[in-house]
Amino acid sequence: MDFISGSELLKLCEENHCRISEVMREREASEFGADSEETISRMKEAYRIMKEACHKPLDQPVASIGGLIGGEAAKVRNRRRSGKSICGSMLSKAITYSLAVLEVNASMGLIVAAPTAGSSGVLPGLLLALEEEFSLDDEQIIDGLFTASAVGYLIMRNATVAGAQAGCQAEVGAAAAMAAAAATEIMGGTPKQCMDAATSAIVNLLGLVCDPVAGLVEYPCQNRNVLGAANALVCAEMALSGVEQFIPFDQMVDTMMMVGRSIPFELRETSLGGCAVTDAACRKTCEIFKTK
Amino acid sequence: MPSISIFEVIGPNMVGPSSSHTAGAVAIALLVKKMFNEPISEVEFVLYGSFAKTYKGHGTDRALLGGIQGFETYDLRIKNSFQLADECGIKYSFRVDEKETEVHPNTVEIHVSGEEGGTMSVRGVSLGGGKVKIVRINGIDVDFTGEYSTLVIRHLDYPGMVAYIATSLSERNVNIAFMRLFREQKGATAYSVVESDEEIPQELLEKLREHPKVEDVMLIQV
Repeated sequence: MDFISGSELLKLCEENHCRISEVMREREASEFGADSEETISRMKEAYRIMKEACHKPLDQPVASIGGLIGGEAAKVRNRRRSGKSICGSMLSKAITYSLAVLEVNASMGLIVAAPTAGSSGVLPGLLLALEEEFSLDDEQIIDGLFTASAVGYLIMRNATVAGAQAGCQAEVGAAAAMAAAAATEIMGGTPKQCMDAATSAIVNLLGLVCDPVAGLVEYPCQNRNVLGAANALVCAEMALSGVEQFIPFDQMVDTMMMVGRSIPFELRETSLGGCAVTDAACRKTCEIFKTK
Repeated sequence: MPSISIFEVIGPNMVGPSSSHTAGAVAIALLVKKMFNEPISEVEFVLYGSFAKTYKGHGTDRALLGGIQGFETYDLRIKNSFQLADECGIKYSFRVDEKETEVHPNTVEIHVSGEEGGTMSVRGVSLGGGKVKIVRINGIDVDFTGEYSTLVIRHLDYPGMVAYIATSLSERNVNIAFMRLFREQKGATAYSVVESDEEIPQELLEKLREHPKVEDVMLIQV
């Protein structure tokens, strides 16, 4: 039961009266002979690692290798606890957890690349916030991760998730599309609504550049993971409300690749443009490499 | 196009911060450790391209040294791999080569020496998302990923070698997924690389080594 496009995926869901997560699990079994129980237990382990990364830096902030980030997640958590959050509980939690995962990543802690290490905060950030705010159980979130992997697979197959190839839109943009589809399915959306959510997530981050300061996966990567989680949340909300996207998902994936190719080399993970060449960033870069 | 599994999308589980610069580096060095048939006493890493430019910030150095010690991409000991290598007496060094530019952006050449006097040089590239491939062994271009159980046989380029290898495998019911022969020049050293979906029995190595034209056999078991 393989599919190579969003439209084929939707057709399979329709024909079999099932959700995207189910089609993706079925595909894993048919394509790789993967045992269903083992697939689920591997996904559980991935989610366990994700959750741990969301929580760990809240009580023990860790310094990143480059020293550009560290402690941000705890700050946002503390503000929420003081009751002053202007984002509300759901979004504030998503922000906190996304920041946390990137903090763990940048300190050589354990994370799950989803789809990449540089965008690893988006999916756990949004999904754990959703689980807590709506008192869901792990099983529902794990189903969402299968849905997310279907979207990620299509982007990997038909475009790319490499910042060096297509900018940050391919990393955080892909992660946001995956998270948006996952959140939509978890909250009862139809397969079509999931793909609409993924589509708008890509639309919203189209052209996003990849410009890591000092070449490190720290800044602005961490901020952008938060953006990805927030983007996924608003896209899921729209889709669940019945807001439709008239551009099909597959066309947005192709467009992302075309835009990626036209993003200048300097803005595709080379650290030769964007944030990476601001005066402040250049000073930081010198400091980091002098002390290393 | 090779099919993409769920766990290539949600995964790998890894020590940060970069799937290409950290997890990929661990994976290459781990393959080298598996291919080398004796305990490693000394290792030199030569870094090219983007690896050469950002290896410190991405912990590529710690990742490489971790892989050489047998750590998987998700092993938290990677962060302390320098100290751990010191403790078990592995000598290591890193060298940056920015002259050779006609290489994949994330390339490392690993020179290992063993406690029993053997040496080997392996060049690997990190392809992104934690995926890697080995592109050169001891100066001869090869091409495999280590995602399958892989036999790497160093032998002289001699008639009947491929048949001998294939027969030895079939006698043990090992199904060949891919098999390729790499050589630099006629009659000189060649590498046969056999990839299989299933586990390759250890005793097959002994059998292959019996052939007078076989110089070395390496096995990467998945």
